Amino acid sequence: MKRKSPRPAHGEPLLTGEALSWLLAALAFSILPHFLNQPPWVPALTLACFGWRYAVLRRGWRLPPRWLLTLLTLIAIALVFAWYRTVVGRDAGVALLLLMLGLKLMETRHYRDAMLTVFLGYFVVATNFFYSQEIPVALYMVATILGVTFALVGLNAGERPPRFKARLGSAGALLLQSLPLMLILFVLFPRLPGPLWGMPQQARAGLTGLSDRMEPGSISELLTSNATAFRVSFETVPPPAAQRYWRGPVLSRFDGRGWRRDFSGAGQQLEGFGEPLRYTVSLEAHDKLWLLALDVPSETSEDATLTPEHELLAKRPVTQLKQYRVTSWTDYRMDADMGALRRTETLRLPAQGAERARELAQTWRAEAAGDEQFIARVLQHFNQQNFVYTLSPPALGANPVDEFLFQTRRGFCEHYASAFAVMMRAAGIPARVVTGYQGGEWNALGEYLLVRQSDAHAWVEVWLEDRGWLRFDPTAAVSPARIEQGIRGALVGDETRPAYMLRSGLWGQLRDRAEMLWDSTNYFWNNWVLGFGPAQQREFLRRIGLGHIDWAGMVILMTVLMTISGALSVLVVLLRRRRGDDPASRQYRRLLKRLRRAGIEHAPHEGPLDFAERAAALRPDLAEELRRLSALYAGLRYGRVGDATLVRALRSGVARFRV
Amino acid sequence: MTTAVRPVNETGLQGRIAAWVLRNRKPAPREIRLDRRNIYILPTRYGMVYVATLFVMLLGATNYQNSMAFLLAFLLAGLGLNAMWHTHRSLAGLRVIRASTPPVFAGQTALFEYVVESDDGRLRPGLVASIGNDLPVAFRVPENAQGRFHLALPATRRGRLRPGRFQIYTRYPLGLFHAWSWLEFDQSALVYPRPLDSQREMPSGGGGQDGAARVGQDGEDFTGLREYRPGDTLKHIDWKALARTGDLLTREFTEARGHDIWLDYLALGGLDPETRLRVLCHWVLDAERRGLRYGLRLPGQSLDPAGGETHRDRCLERLALFGIGD
Repeated sequence: MKRKSPRPAHGEPLLTGEALSWLLAALAFSILPHFLNQPPWVPALTLACFGWRYAVLRRGWRLPPRWLLTLLTLIAIALVFAWYRTVVGRDAGVALLLLMLGLKLMETRHYRDAMLTVFLGYFVVATNFFYSQEIPVALYMVATILGVTFALVGLNAGERPPRFKARLGSAGALLLQSLPLMLILFVLFPRLPGPLWGMPQQARAGLTGLSDRMEPGSISELLTSNATAFRVSFETVPPPAAQRYWRGPVLSRFDGRGWRRDFSGAGQQLEGFGEPLRYTVSLEAHDKLWLLALDVPSETSEDATLTPEHELLAKRPVTQLKQYRVTSWTDYRMDADMGALRRTETLRLPAQGAERARELAQTWRAEAAGDEQFIARVLQHFNQQNFVYTLSPPALGANPVDEFLFQTRRGFCEHYASAFAVMMRAAGIPARVVTGYQGGEWNALGEYLLVRQSDAHAWVEVWLEDRGWLRFDPTAAVSPARIEQGIRGALVGDETRPAYMLRSGLWGQLRDRAEMLWDSTNYFWNNWVLGFGPAQQREFLRRIGLGHIDWAGMVILMTVLMTISGALSVLVVLLRRRRGDDPASRQYRRLLKRLRRAGIEHAPHEGPLDFAERAAALRPDLAEELRRLSALYAGLRYGRVGDATLVRALRSGVARFRV
Repeated sequence: MTTAVRPVNETGLQGRIAAWVLRNRKPAPREIRLDRRNIYILPTRYGMVYVATLFVMLLGATNYQNSMAFLLAFLLAGLGLNAMWHTHRSLAGLRVIRASTPPVFAGQTALFEYVVESDDGRLRPGLVASIGNDLPVAFRVPENAQGRFHLALPATRRGRLRPGRFQIYTRYPLGLFHAWSWLEFDQSALVYPRPLDSQREMPSGGGGQDGAARVGQDGEDFTGLREYRPGDTLKHIDWKALARTGDLLTREFTEARGHDIWLDYLALGGLDPETRLRVLCHWVLDAERRGLRYGLRLPGQSLDPAGGETHRDRCLERLALFGIGD
């Protein structure tokens, strides 16, 4: 049965070929970035549909019949299901959206269909942000939004649309004028904390960060990554480099090879001395719970837990950029009273392994006058024996601690921390490994500290009677430069290093400056755009003195501000009209300005023709041209009919007019 | 009794709303300026779909706590509101002036011409005029120039055809809002009877009465007045009429030639009145085509024999309005 194509609704505009071509171009532009996010066949199939539609328009191809379209739709759904094993969620949903957009265009005959594809196009733009919100992506999307809006203007401009430039101008003006409203809504629109229906698993893929266990080699992946871990702005004076220990997961259970977190459940105490440090951390998504904080955190703005190990944990995995304020003490006494259970746990060693290390530790402890002296001897051992700090240590076998301490003696933080903690426990001193980050790069432009994944670090906490848990960093004993100058300082000679660490000389410094600038731009973007959520909204309202405002209040404030900004823009337009801001008046004002420079002043009461006569009398050489232009202007301004050619004549006449 | 045709459907919902909204408005004599008092605006169904799209986008943005998606949704919300103002503005400040409306014969289509200007010289694309259920007419007003459009109405009956109320609307720039204005001018098109060739012989001349034609100064016959056209000699301007009414009119003369015929309503016995008028209409056209001098006699009125287009049009007008209260 042959089905009639749906008739256009009464009174709706025609869909012109030109409007459809631009629509196809704009939509194709919005789809391109999905080549990075989706398996290539998804955007490729969509673009193939676009190509077919274009060939229908320009080459006389035929649109597919309805049965074929239905079949294609079913095939598209089947393909998406076969690939993703689901048709919901972010990735499968986007794939379906793209394919449906392509197929919708295959049945786009009328204005109505075209309008719907425009709305789908705006939606495609939004889906791009679910993959990346970086500045370059945002810039690309600005261009895309302009393109789609331009196509929308084209659809509604009638059968004889204005020229390309005029349409692009209207689209641009419409968007620019919408910016104030966008800002008001962004700041004041009541935000719900997400997620509403759960974050799909795929959104978390590819995130790096600290893990809740430390095996030999687990940190080295991070050490070669240039990626940003977090950035910190201080309200107080930033701590010196040697005190920049950022506390992450605390690992108390040792299995002979690796360290893991342990859940002891006991309470915790923290006594601070001197002045605490206050700062805001802007943490990149890592899909874990850790909220990194300067050793040792005591309070935070965020809805977070402080564990008995003094770790700061978020309620949900950090899958989006997260900002939080923290107060930390760098001079402290931590858990001076420790329960027996915790004591046992932090002394426990596996029955097997590390026999030589235990023996050495027990011998030295017996020779030492006290715990402090013993610890100093172990650190001295690391410092004076031939231990080497390197990012590419030899592989370790079944008994890693002994192999490291007595054979290879080459390693980085995790090797030293692990060996040190084992020796402490063997000597009867409670010890645990703390992982986190150490150091950071001060960005003088943005006045913040940038901590990269390569700053990942592991150190040891040792519990001493009356003094509580104290931090010891055995890596510092081997390579003090690692602590003072960061990981760039620690690596010397022909050590294999990540490429970004190799720069030197003028070019390198310029690159460093540029990177600093780019990073501080990103930090600004993160803080003020991407990180702006419900908590930041409350904080912002508090700062402008609206701390107690509720939802209703926000909606009222939003409405009032939007009305004011709307009224302002109307006022601007009306004022411009009153000033006579039509093209003829603009040209005439230019003419008056030139005459004023020659000392001929136009009196407000003078009509153009009277003034022309007076000016002509003063400057007979200009009389003819003055009379001609004034007559042109008077005709355009006060005559009944405007005419584009006359305006052009006036414009070129004024442009040529020389006093 | 009035036979003026009012084609706009007043029974539909929109028609009734229009009738209520416009109950106190009188038809404009010549020009209507569109401003906020007579422009109405409502979202289109695409506007509704747009809002739904934004809502889904906001849900997605909230779920993923995605600031850029929030920004996009808010930008589009601003864009939608802004489009409302722009759609309104593409009508506001327009001046619609009624222009010529040439007479037509019944059965033809009457064309009402309108000139559109804007106060500010801005380009106004995507304008549409529509009357009744007829096809909408797209037009635009170029920058610093006039736009014009024609409304076509079928002229079914002789008499005066009033277009009644019509709409000018636009969806420009984004199609999310529909802004419109109802316009009504005090105007009409003259609809002549539909000519009918009845096989009846047109009366021939000879039996003519005196005709009582006044003799003009140049020895020509005065046949009537018509609108002044540039180039007319000053001698023929009807100065008295100018002084009286302010209209610039030229007196027309034709040279006397041949003999007069009379086209008489009463001579067409046996036909119903409308058919008689149609036959007379055919005769007038025929006589004029053949260059005859002809007079028209209707019950209670007559036009003395003469020739020329002006005379023909006067005859046709009498036929069109015969028996209709003007």
